[in-house]
Amino acid sequence: MLQTLESQDALQAALSFRERFVQGFRFMVLARLLDDKMASLYRGGKIHGGVFLGRGQEALSVALGLSLKPGDIFAPLIRDGAGRLAFGEPVLDAVRTYLGSVLGPMRGRDGNVHRGYPRRGLLPMISHLGAMISVVNGMLMARRFKKISGDVGAVSIGDGGTSTGAFHEALNQAAVEKLPLVLVVANNQFAYSTPNARQFACQSLVDKAVGYGVTGRMVDGTNLEACLITLGQAVADARQGGGPQLVVAELLRLCGHGEHDDAHYIAASLKASPAGRDCLQVAEEFLWRKAWADEEATKHFRQEAAQLVEEAVAKVQREPAPNPYRQNWCALASRHLSERFESCPPVQPL
Amino acid sequence: MSITYLEAIREAQAKALADDPRVFIYGQDVGAFGGAFKATKNLAKEFPGRVLDAPISEDAMVGAAVGAAIEGMRPIIEMQFADFSTPGLNQIINQAASLFWRTQVPCPITIRLPSGGTSGGGPFHSQSMEAIYAHYPGLIVMTPATAEDAYSMLLEAVAIDDPVIFCEHKLLYYHCKAESLPTEAMPVGKARIARAGRDLTIVAYSAMVQDSLAAAEELAGEGSEIEVVDLRSIKPLDTDTVVASVARTGRLLCVGEAWPWGGVTAEVIARVATEGFGLLDAPPQRLNSKDTPIPYHPNLWTVHRPTVRSIGAAARNLLRM
Repeated sequence: MLQTLESQDALQAALSFRERFVQGFRFMVLARLLDDKMASLYRGGKIHGGVFLGRGQEALSVALGLSLKPGDIFAPLIRDGAGRLAFGEPVLDAVRTYLGSVLGPMRGRDGNVHRGYPRRGLLPMISHLGAMISVVNGMLMARRFKKISGDVGAVSIGDGGTSTGAFHEALNQAAVEKLPLVLVVANNQFAYSTPNARQFACQSLVDKAVGYGVTGRMVDGTNLEACLITLGQAVADARQGGGPQLVVAELLRLCGHGEHDDAHYIAASLKASPAGRDCLQVAEEFLWRKAWADEEATKHFRQEAAQLVEEAVAKVQREPAPNPYRQNWCALASRHLSERFESCPPVQPL
Repeated sequence: MSITYLEAIREAQAKALADDPRVFIYGQDVGAFGGAFKATKNLAKEFPGRVLDAPISEDAMVGAAVGAAIEGMRPIIEMQFADFSTPGLNQIINQAASLFWRTQVPCPITIRLPSGGTSGGGPFHSQSMEAIYAHYPGLIVMTPATAEDAYSMLLEAVAIDDPVIFCEHKLLYYHCKAESLPTEAMPVGKARIARAGRDLTIVAYSAMVQDSLAAAEELAGEGSEIEVVDLRSIKPLDTDTVVASVARTGRLLCVGEAWPWGGVTAEVIARVATEGFGLLDAPPQRLNSKDTPIPYHPNLWTVHRPTVRSIGAAARNLLRM
């Protein structure tokens, strides 16, 4: 059959979409298995502090991560394991931070989901919701000062985070400065245990977009296909000078706030609703239906991911924990200005 | 020719902008308007695109500064009044102050706080916030008392690889002057003996240095030689210079315009009591504002904060102990 130029493009686009979908699914599997392993280590008492899973949010998160390119900025939130992997975060970084390895990016000084490399565009979140948005704004402003264009900054937040003053200030700031910001709201129906009805009174969170003067989009967060298309479009529009993009995804958190929370407050009817679908299962069935992968192939993806996770955990469990007696107890980069009573020992090379 | 404390701040920012392309200024009304106090007068014109008006969003202003610093810039944030830094407190203490410790990425931002009381300022335009910021690890807090220090310390603040809270006193803006801008300065972290004496040490910072010097002058007429130590920066705090002064005089009076509870004067006394208890000939004393919100009416305001008169009275009392 003779292909026209147009249909060749369509074929290429379809192929590329298929590849991205398969890639996205594989990151989702890896993120889910990594989460399961962290939950298991937590229950076994091997992890200090909390463990926070991205179960149910993988499709949205991975679609964002895959839509970004090297050089972009990503400020993930607590349920963005899949997006982090897609953005290039090694499995080892996650395991090292959860287990407090001194070889991890945070070296035991911060834990669990608070990890990243600011200079590489992957920001380690602080716990105060909404606070990362303006930091990404500032990074984008700096690039504008430096005449660097074409980069996008992406930030994840949840329904609860939209109620913070920081969210308001930063989205307004991004709009005023016309920054290439993509702000992705995962409306997983609950902020810890607080339902949407006690969080906001507008009909939909996407209604906020018009108030800030930014583009708003809705997406079914359980549907990887829809997420890839919507996030891809939002990122492309931001990159092409379309200003801030707000994307609101509807989904359900398929776990507690953290592994300490049994989420008893989530009604069975909500779990049975379309938002309660497991995005991983939906994506897998889509793959089978489209014959982009068969059951054997997805089983293989799982085995591969499980092996990666097991190897990472086995490696990190042999790594040293931070030594308080060899720690540089100095919070300042200007060490000469730290006070003598805080006496800083020499920095140990990392 | 003389230059005021406010002009010194403006000149320091002009020099920082001229010398370093990484510097920019971001704050409310700092652009064409030149700032509420005119500390950025004409800078937007002289440095197009680098002096930016911000929305009334202190949290987002500081957050953006942190982001820009991660990218290698050296932002100066002007808070319109120190009092209004509280909506930005979270970004200052949790984001900026923790960044280096958590990630080893420095956070070179300067946050200018027009601080302290002026007549008629009232509860929300008069506060001194230095103690709150000094409490948090990862921040440097500067409190210049002279026009020379306002200039040189602001330049140093921009050059330092850490977040600096720069507390500039509004009362000094117009009345405090230097003959010329300094070309050399004491390093940050070193206190200055503003007046030498042998009978009593007054430790002060910011505008209280000027009032303490005036009180010392009065007491000199009564035959008492008062030493005045200007802390210059309260974090780092130059304990060595303070203890050395107390070693000379045996008596310590700490003066601060901020509220007394858990503040700089308490910290200085704690350090002297810990490290130089045996040097004291009398119990260390301190003088702060009253523990109430800052009043509006001049009759109330002049009594609320330490004055030349009350500093003098406290010093006379301590000399009698």
